[in-house]
Amino acid sequence: MTDAVTEEARLQSSVDKPPIVNDLSMVVATVNGTGSQTSNMALIRALFRMGIPVSGKNLFPSNIQGLPTWFTIRASGEGFVARRETIEILVAMNEATFQEDLAGLVEGGVCFYPDNWTQPRKRQDLVYYPMPVQELLKQQSPPRDLRDYIANMVYVGVVAEILSIEMDEIRAALETHFNGRAKPVEMNMAMVDAAAQWAADNLTKQDPYMVERSNQTEGLVLIDGNTSSALGAVYGGVNFAAWYPITPASSLADALLEYLPRLRKDPESGKATYAVIQAEDELAAIGMTVGAGWAGARSMTSTSGPGISLMAEFAGLAFFAEIPIVIWDVQRMGPSTGMPTRTSQGDLLFVRFLGHGDSRHVFLLPGSVAECFEFGWRAFDLAERLQTPIFVLSDLDLGMNLWMSERFEFPDVPMDRGKVLSEQDLDELGEYARYRDVDGDGIPYRTLPGNRHPLAAWFARGTGHNDQAIYSERPEDWTENMARLWRKHDTARGYVPAPIVDHMQGAEIGLIGFGSTLSAIEEARARLSQQGVPTDFLRLRAVPFSESVREFVRTHERIYVVEMNTDAQMRQLLQLDLPDQATKLKALNHNDGLPLTARWIMEELLSQEGK
Amino acid sequence: MATATVNLVGLQKSDYKGRPTTLCQGCGHNSISSQIMAACYEMSIPPEEIIKLSGIGCSSKSPAYFLGRSHGFNSLHGRMPSLGTGAIMANRTLKAIGVSGDGDTASIGVGQFIHMMRRNPPLVYIIENNGVYGLTKGQFSATADKGQSLKKQGTNPFMPVDLCLQALAANCGFVARSFAGDPKQVKELIKAAVSYEGTAVLDIISPCVTFNNRDESTKSYSWGKEHETPLHDVTYVPAREEIKVDYEPGETISVKMHDGSTLVLQKLDRDYDPTDRMQATQLLEDARTSQKLITGLLYVNHDQPPLPESENLPDEPLASLPPEKLRPSQDSLANVMAEFA
Repeated sequence: MTDAVTEEARLQSSVDKPPIVNDLSMVVATVNGTGSQTSNMALIRALFRMGIPVSGKNLFPSNIQGLPTWFTIRASGEGFVARRETIEILVAMNEATFQEDLAGLVEGGVCFYPDNWTQPRKRQDLVYYPMPVQELLKQQSPPRDLRDYIANMVYVGVVAEILSIEMDEIRAALETHFNGRAKPVEMNMAMVDAAAQWAADNLTKQDPYMVERSNQTEGLVLIDGNTSSALGAVYGGVNFAAWYPITPASSLADALLEYLPRLRKDPESGKATYAVIQAEDELAAIGMTVGAGWAGARSMTSTSGPGISLMAEFAGLAFFAEIPIVIWDVQRMGPSTGMPTRTSQGDLLFVRFLGHGDSRHVFLLPGSVAECFEFGWRAFDLAERLQTPIFVLSDLDLGMNLWMSERFEFPDVPMDRGKVLSEQDLDELGEYARYRDVDGDGIPYRTLPGNRHPLAAWFARGTGHNDQAIYSERPEDWTENMARLWRKHDTARGYVPAPIVDHMQGAEIGLIGFGSTLSAIEEARARLSQQGVPTDFLRLRAVPFSESVREFVRTHERIYVVEMNTDAQMRQLLQLDLPDQATKLKALNHNDGLPLTARWIMEELLSQEGK
Repeated sequence: MATATVNLVGLQKSDYKGRPTTLCQGCGHNSISSQIMAACYEMSIPPEEIIKLSGIGCSSKSPAYFLGRSHGFNSLHGRMPSLGTGAIMANRTLKAIGVSGDGDTASIGVGQFIHMMRRNPPLVYIIENNGVYGLTKGQFSATADKGQSLKKQGTNPFMPVDLCLQALAANCGFVARSFAGDPKQVKELIKAAVSYEGTAVLDIISPCVTFNNRDESTKSYSWGKEHETPLHDVTYVPAREEIKVDYEPGETISVKMHDGSTLVLQKLDRDYDPTDRMQATQLLEDARTSQKLITGLLYVNHDQPPLPESENLPDEPLASLPPEKLRPSQDSLANVMAEFA
């Protein structure tokens, strides 16, 4: 058989394949710093507005310009938006990784690439669509400084034509991207149209993948977690935020700086109701945060693992002196500098016990962008109610990637400023002791600096103190104070967001998970159930654990704890909390820098189950 | 009936006291604590309007020993600047008095010290400088003189860090040096620093009687008494008082503070313009080479806006804004959400 015959037969067979509708993963392989973000956003937004569930993940190097970057769009009519190992469609825009990128495609996959590349097309099973990028650039002749950006619009047009992405939605997506500014929209759209027209005239569709309008995204939004977290803080009344640049947390502070001036300036005076300070390091960032929290502000900082390392001493102080602050940890891969642009859930144990001596911290675990928003405001209520640092553990995947979500719900409860005594309160009480457990819940009463009552003052310190905050080395003072702190910690169990449990008929297996792995776990459970392996699922939303977590563990024979770290850290925390149940808790953990996939969870679970 | 003497807000001196000191008898820090109390009493500042901040060390313990009716925070080693920055941003109506030492500022905290001055939050930054680590029993600090001897560590081979030079380099708008053995000057400079709207650095040589008070030490009482060379005689005149003209023309320089008070600097044996940064730098170089303890207001300017102004804060404390100013409307959230649809 000649090559030509093989080619023809193959083409024939692909045309005969039934179309695969609204079920694809597409990767755009580019070089970072070449401005492909606009193109990728146009594609994903257009799909989203066609009513097709999507997610977008940027896999990028720790580098500013010149290294390979991959943007993955998953479109799923079934509504699954976790990362998937299999890639069906490649938009190859980086010649350096062309062979590697080709190798990553599924059998019979699709490759779009610039037609002037000379590298061999080694995979014979693929459908190739060469694109005349240079030719179209010549025809359109955009301004020199915009060439790279406009060049990327070629693949938007060609891909849209081949996959049947609606051109009106591409235009609408560009209008959103450019905030309705007509000039850039028209310039980009001109290239999109030209490329689509060229494809219609010159390419024959040979692959089965396509999209069609659906109604599954009505009312939804497409947003990243860090923006959501920042919006949560804005609506939570943040007064003070201090931060130091670090991937993948910087965009949280960026979003604060974008939305606070817009939403939180006093309309009458034009004055800010907040301050955001870029500190000289994370030591200072948390130091300022603690100072502001002590003085009565709703105070926060945002960072990632290496920043948490530097914050350890102040976190211990804030725990012991009982200062309300909020600390966002957008986790990335460690130890050390690790893989700064890759995701992980590896800070659980570190954050839980951050600080020397005995300390236990409360942390929240948002499992969606909507919960990033919700915990963004709720964390302040909890911090002020419990008078302690509240950590919120997001991660790079949740924080920096694009997720679909219901529109965020406006806070349904008024702000809780906690137990704060005014001048009038002190007048009525006639006495005051900062660390006295008046209510038996371990939470004492605080007064704020500036309270004019002569009894109000207390001296915050990291040193041993009695219930009046006076320096003490008496053994009884120490043990009583620590016992109260643990009482307070137990009280926290009732305040933090409760876990969410989902049962399936006939399930023997229990899964426990949290955070950004939620979408992969949901997909895995659906597919496992189809295979006759139903599971119950408890999604943790905070540590310390509430009673319902203990109940869930007790009532299941085998529990798998799904997490993205090497030490099975959440399993360890559960085992510490439930020593009599420890052997029932099995690790289902994976940690390679990439978001967890449903397939990995299924295969690993079935393997451990001996199936 | 005898009535106790009170200040303009009706408080007695005893209302400015703290808990009994646990520092060594004769420690320079105790003398500085006394002058802080005296200054605040004489300025009639209600103690509830003051916050006391410190890091770690002997000096940083001292805020417990003055102004017992002020909120205070004894924080972490070298971290008072960040703590104070956050606190004053949360409530700009408070007067912040920070106390630090030479270990706390010149070693572990030198980074925060410099960055605080760069941002210029209103805060009195007192360094109780004795050239030695006291609480850990007598190690050299970074301000110890080259060639200085200590019982425990022998002779120091390194040049000292001059914290006033550091402050000048960092664009600090209020830089003063004083000596715990000159309580009148300490008190007047504290008053001026409290009136200054920005970060005011006061480097006060404060002898450690236990570990570094030998006659030859530049941080000892006897050396200080012998070598102190005041630039000028310092008198703080509150806004409400008239300046009594009993100086010859050309013999005084008046420095106006934001709150309307005036610092009157009476010339001693040299002409000195405290608004000239280069002259201040030269002066400190000369002091080092001639081994003099030059004290007084080394430098003052009002060029840099204080941090709450740079950040466009309202006059009322951020910490006491009501919920309706902190939570935008439900409609505004709907609008933001629509942008992501």
